[in-house]
Amino acid sequence: MNPVGNGRGCEGLNRRLLAKTLSEIENRQLIPKRHEGLIIAFTGSPGVGKSCLIDRLIYEWSTTKTIAVLAVDPTSPLSGGALLGDRIRMTVLDEPELGKQVYFRSVATRESSGSVPSIVGDLASHLFSEGFDMVLVETVGAGQSEMRCAALANKIIVVEGPSRGDIIQAEKAGLLELADLVVVNKSDLPGASKVAHEIQSSLNLTDTAPNIVLASAQTGEGIEELAEKILLTKSSVKTNRARIRERILMWHENKLLHRENFDYVIKQISSGELSFEEGLVILSD
Amino acid sequence: MAGRQRIVIAKPGLDGHDRGAKVVARALRDAGHEVIYTGLRRTPEQIIMTAMDEDASFLGLSSLSGAHGHLFPKICKLLTEQGMGDVIVFAGGIIPEGDREALYDAGIRAIFGPGTSTEEILSFIDEAVQKPSGVSVESGWKWQGL
Repeated sequence: MNPVGNGRGCEGLNRRLLAKTLSEIENRQLIPKRHEGLIIAFTGSPGVGKSCLIDRLIYEWSTTKTIAVLAVDPTSPLSGGALLGDRIRMTVLDEPELGKQVYFRSVATRESSGSVPSIVGDLASHLFSEGFDMVLVETVGAGQSEMRCAALANKIIVVEGPSRGDIIQAEKAGLLELADLVVVNKSDLPGASKVAHEIQSSLNLTDTAPNIVLASAQTGEGIEELAEKILLTKSSVKTNRARIRERILMWHENKLLHRENFDYVIKQISSGELSFEEGLVILSD
Repeated sequence: MAGRQRIVIAKPGLDGHDRGAKVVARALRDAGHEVIYTGLRRTPEQIIMTAMDEDASFLGLSSLSGAHGHLFPKICKLLTEQGMGDVIVFAGGIIPEGDREALYDAGIRAIFGPGTSTEEILSFIDEAVQKPSGVSVESGWKWQGL
């Protein structure tokens, strides 16, 4: 089978080498050359079905495109370890032919705050240089105000589900406003169309309202339409400012995190040898 | 202690019991490692693919169904064939004494039975990274217990 896309596809790809190189990038031993490409971020609260939706969408897309998935899970702030469990939901990886068109990698947030570590941008760059047509980013199950994915993604898909609270949840500002498309997953469950309606009516008052699509990763209902709509959706110009803002914040955070004395100052503050204010002064020279 | 490792914990075969695998996964997480759990009922080929894509330095295999004698050596052989001979493989579950030698011969470096402390598994990880312990390395090294 010859993959379409840019013609290179995953055929002949040395997955082992790719995985090793991605690790070097993750460990900041290697900075890849900038390569642009289509990055689609899937974000939303834990348990709304981001992984399962991505799995279903890959079935639709991977016949014509080579896809890489970067699935982010949180690093423990205490131990620095992480349990990366998104891969379990990816049934498409088990398909003998389609599975070869997909590269799936679990990524821990490590020291970054927010639902997408900045390293994801570098990992995606390298994947594009290896010939992947698109990179799907599954963010940490994030709450209402987590918008860091805007810094990296070309398109933001916000995943919602039924039984997520009353209408006031949808009226609140935040992530929903930055969405290029909203999916209400689990449309086979009661209440889904009500949620879609509530989100619709809350967003209608703003002039940048994204499309809202009902779908079910469980039954496959609406997936084909969703796959098409995501590719057709253009990211809105109005959210551009928010994207730039997130990029600047991410850049700033990175600079701070990679200061040599960052961990040392935290230690000094927590042991009482420095006051919080003194620590800030040291970190800001 | 060993720096942060990427460790795949896998359940090969039809065995549906993963309490032990999950406890080990959590202990490794709490020790600062990045752990990828495969979920139940994986084939050797799927496990190899996961270890490859995720760039695992360690692969932990758990089985309580008695299929270890068939599945574990097959996984070790596939790792070597795929150029992943540097991956360190360890095993856990119900593995009778009499079956162990063959598994060590296949390249498995430690076998942990029921009642193993998480400290012991962490000590193994720390020591194994210092030893010639990849699955295809013929060093004869194996974990001797605490």
